[in-house]
Amino acid sequence: MVELTLPKNSKVGKGRHYPAPDGAEKVRRFKVYRWDPEGQGNPVWDTYDVDVSACGPMVLDALLHIKNVMDPTLAFRRSCREGVCGSCAMNIGGRNTLACTHGWEEVSGAEVTISPLPHMPVIKDLIPDLTLFYAQYESIEPWLHTVTPEPQKEWRQSEEDRQKLDGLYECILCACCSTSCPSYWWNQEKYLGPAALLQAKRWLADSRDEATGERLDALEDPFKLYRCHTIMNCAQVCPKGLNPAKAISEIKVMLVDRTI
Amino acid sequence: MSGFRTGLGRARGLGASKHGVGHFIAERGTGAALLLLSFWLIPFALAAARGGYVAAREMLGSPVNSALAILTLVVGLYHAMMGVRVIVEDYIERRSTKAILLLLNALIGWGAAAMGTVALLKLTFGSGS
Repeated sequence: MVELTLPKNSKVGKGRHYPAPDGAEKVRRFKVYRWDPEGQGNPVWDTYDVDVSACGPMVLDALLHIKNVMDPTLAFRRSCREGVCGSCAMNIGGRNTLACTHGWEEVSGAEVTISPLPHMPVIKDLIPDLTLFYAQYESIEPWLHTVTPEPQKEWRQSEEDRQKLDGLYECILCACCSTSCPSYWWNQEKYLGPAALLQAKRWLADSRDEATGERLDALEDPFKLYRCHTIMNCAQVCPKGLNPAKAISEIKVMLVDRTI
Repeated sequence: MSGFRTGLGRARGLGASKHGVGHFIAERGTGAALLLLSFWLIPFALAAARGGYVAAREMLGSPVNSALAILTLVVGLYHAMMGVRVIVEDYIERRSTKAILLLLNALIGWGAAAMGTVALLKLTFGSGS
């Protein structure tokens, strides 16, 4: 449902300020969304004046510095720190991206604003609840469907057919795309979103799969698929440079192909 | 709140309704048709604006102009109805409000198409006043 303003209990107030330590060489201000489920209050913006000369170049380095040196209560997800796992997806400077591959120097303006992925329930601080997002991925059945008895060796695929999966299989399910999509914001209970649909296309494009028709049946729905209005935010923010909007358009073309 | 429902249960929801491609094709088909019809409509509208009611009525006396005018009206309204339907589906969640708005959309759209067609036919067959 459209929400043009934040609900009353989600309005973000002013939080604490953490000044830079004495003798800091180069200071950059980080404005970070904070919300504690155990507290009673609304979320707040805490500001941290970080001595960036003491930490690495990425936003994740700054967040780790804040957690290690300034405020151990800050909660966020992170794992691989090299853009492979997708754990540290968050909204940085108004744009969804990965904290580990986005440099704080790339963020213009006086301060670096960091908030959780938009329009998702927040578990704590920068950690969104991605339960439905992962379930939507599961709902497209992201595994090979075959009826033909399994071959003695592997299912074979030509080099050309394998190349059809390029631009699709690289998705790391960070949720940057889905949570940047207004259609997903308004209708995420019914619309599968760019990430799940990109993966749906990945299995539709797989020459070894024998359930293309069933997969298309499961997608043909005004909400599950056709809520994509090619707004293209997904393609703009994808940290892996993928284009979910194009994949969704290709699914729509496949559905037309079997109709006319 | 979804209570204790599993994520997969929520994601699957009521399942796919197995339609949507027809709407998708109709949106694009009517859009393309309107683009083509605009090549007739723009010069026609300019000439009618210059010549006034009498000239417009005279031009609509031609079966080609009359047919194209009815086509433009009906295709244009159908295209608009499909667009409004998507907007309502996008932004209105409450089932009763959504149903009323979708019904109104259809009533107004088809009503306008019917009235406009009758009006154009009256002009074409000379009983317009």
